[in-house]
Amino acid sequence: MTFLSVNRRVVALLAVIVPLLILMVYVALRSGPLAPIPVTATVVAERAITPSLFGIGTVTSRYTYRIGPTAAGRIKQVAVQVGDRVQQGQLLGEMDPVDLDDRIAAQGAALKRAESIIQAAEAQVREASARKAYAENQANRYEQLLQARAVSEETVAAKRQERQVTEAGLAAARANHDAARQELARVRADREGLIQQRANLRLLAPVGGLVAARNADPGTTVVAGQSVVEVIDPASLWIHVRFDQLRVSGLRAGLTAQIVLRSREGVPLSGRVLRVEPMADAVTEETLAKVTLAALPKRLPSLGELAEVTVALSALPAAPAVPNASIQRVDGRLGVWLLAADRLRFAPVKVGAVDLEGWTQIRDGLKAGDRVIVYSQRALNSRSRVKVVERLEGVSP
Amino acid sequence: MISLAGRDILHAWGKFVFTGVGLGLLIGVTLTMAGVYRGMVDDARVLLDNSSADLWVVQQDTLGPYAEPSSLYDDTYRAILGMPGVDRAANITYLTMQVRQGQRDVRAMIVGVVPGGPGEPGQPGYLIAGRQITRSHYEAVADLATGFKLGDELQIRRNRYRVVGLTRRMVSSGGDPMVFIPLKDAQEAQFLKDNDAIAQQRRRTAENPAFNRPGVPGLLEAVLASQSVNPFVNAVLVQVKPGFIPEEVAEPIRRWKRLQVYTRAQMEEILIGKLIATAAKQIGMFLVILAIVSAAIVAFIIYTLTLGKIREIAVLKLIGTRNRTIAAMILQQALGLGLIGFVVGKIAATFWAPIFPKYVLLEPADAVRGFVGVMVICALASVLAIRAALKVDPAEAIGG
Repeated sequence: MTFLSVNRRVVALLAVIVPLLILMVYVALRSGPLAPIPVTATVVAERAITPSLFGIGTVTSRYTYRIGPTAAGRIKQVAVQVGDRVQQGQLLGEMDPVDLDDRIAAQGAALKRAESIIQAAEAQVREASARKAYAENQANRYEQLLQARAVSEETVAAKRQERQVTEAGLAAARANHDAARQELARVRADREGLIQQRANLRLLAPVGGLVAARNADPGTTVVAGQSVVEVIDPASLWIHVRFDQLRVSGLRAGLTAQIVLRSREGVPLSGRVLRVEPMADAVTEETLAKVTLAALPKRLPSLGELAEVTVALSALPAAPAVPNASIQRVDGRLGVWLLAADRLRFAPVKVGAVDLEGWTQIRDGLKAGDRVIVYSQRALNSRSRVKVVERLEGVSP
Repeated sequence: MISLAGRDILHAWGKFVFTGVGLGLLIGVTLTMAGVYRGMVDDARVLLDNSSADLWVVQQDTLGPYAEPSSLYDDTYRAILGMPGVDRAANITYLTMQVRQGQRDVRAMIVGVVPGGPGEPGQPGYLIAGRQITRSHYEAVADLATGFKLGDELQIRRNRYRVVGLTRRMVSSGGDPMVFIPLKDAQEAQFLKDNDAIAQQRRRTAENPAFNRPGVPGLLEAVLASQSVNPFVNAVLVQVKPGFIPEEVAEPIRRWKRLQVYTRAQMEEILIGKLIATAAKQIGMFLVILAIVSAAIVAFIIYTLTLGKIREIAVLKLIGTRNRTIAAMILQQALGLGLIGFVVGKIAATFWAPIFPKYVLLEPADAVRGFVGVMVICALASVLAIRAALKVDPAEAIGG
């Protein structure tokens, strides 16, 4: 009886103590430094990767026509509003001509006067010609009379002199006529010039396009070169893209690109790299490129809108590749943790091309069939005990 | 020979075990408190480990980037790369803020890293899912503690980021989980004002006649453009070439680049000695008091347990049991109680530690220290109990 009761108590006590001890051993081995680190592993396989570049750009137009006066002045009218489509040569606006019209009118009057002066000069020429013809006749007649000894030598000399005077008079009249013609040409040219200037105050569209900005309104005084209206050619929209210089190798004109506009997420547009700018941005450390859209969307994107551009480079031949999560730097060397017979070994590698999904080609240090660690619960070292699992704790499938 | 202690325990095993469990829970709390303290210090250390840097280059006369704000021009790293002994240098920004995801937001430290491939300074050292950042914009690697999943869209300021990778134990010194995003985006998040502020600033500048003169077209645009630049980072992380001592590399940078440079040891001193010092002392103080209180409770329990058996001890004395035997019985019981208490405490602490919102680090050394402490306290307490037991008059066994 006593023995049994004691025995029962021993069993009960053991029933408490033994599970506790088992739990303790489990806790000691499964947590803390003695616990194996859960990791996931993958087998290195030959993989052809297609590296891509990712850049951010803004929509800009290739040609922007900033139209404004060539001399300072006040705006008389602006004929278009932002968003208007304009034809080549269409009037966009006009500068206030101030006294230009009056000056043109003055020049018109001056032109008429010059024409009258010409008529007067022509009359003078005709008069001088008539005088000269009469004086020549008189002189000839008196010459003949002199030969017949009918008039005196002196009278003939007087007639000769008259002839010479009328000749000089004719020359003077002709010169006057010439001067009047030149004057007319000058006045006409002056007037033409003023008319040209007047026309220059009219702001015309140099090309057909879209009014993108209206920077000043009637009454504003603008200086020479300041734009009043900006016209863009919608067909010339392109994307000014910036790529981080770190990964830009392989970028060249002609590559296809996928463009996602910020306003139209989920609707990728296709495009093409038009050119890589020879000048990179030294401050932001970015390489610049222009990407054109293959087809313009019906609703035009706004200028300055943000766009994400992904440029696909040409596919590379197959080579051993690993996810970039498996590449680590240990003691200054880049490498991966190789798993061989449940032992960890750090294998330094030389990395090659990377694609946007993180696949990294290994140029040296690994071969297909090697087993490498991809994810780990903690940082690893060569003495770490690991346990390969399908998926790490806390990560949803 | 029969074990007196064993027989006594068996006699009232329920009481013994439950007392042990109660004691254990108390020890568990003490161990957890030690874990909270260690976790705090570890958060600071892990922050330094994760940046995988040998040197931190920060603004002159600051304790940046963790303990004080620091800002450097983002091309400073080029000059540092040219210094002797520098192997790699990378810009980094830190910004603690609320990160929105759907309807909820999470307090996180946004780390802007140069997306230069794995192993670069500042990049998360290891992942538990997904991949490292490959695009130079709008991708994020988040710590598991943020609760984000692969493919989630985060909103940081005005931009949206896709979670492409998950990592673990990447926290700020305050224990906030980290979210890694590309540097250029982080600079924007940190230094770019919100849209309203930008619009107001533009209007203010446009109204200022000094910047908007009629005779100088383009001046206003130039001024506006110069107002919205963000060429700053918080620090430059430097890895030194093998064979160089970090301090040797740091000194020329301090001297010639006129920047503050901290080595790993100095940074640890700043973080643990300055940044978390008060909080750690607070927890430390609490730990000390808890340890003293636990010790007192353990001692009292053992003492009262012994006093509860005073009649039985008197009987033992009456039948001529030696003092040594009685003392050994009490000591063995006390140590047994301590052992059960420690085991229960250790198990309890291990199981509830992961539930804590901040990291609780249960160090094996702490456990060993705790074990020794519990055993010593039990032994000391049993000494008091033994003294009381030995003083018992055997006559008490018969008397009332």
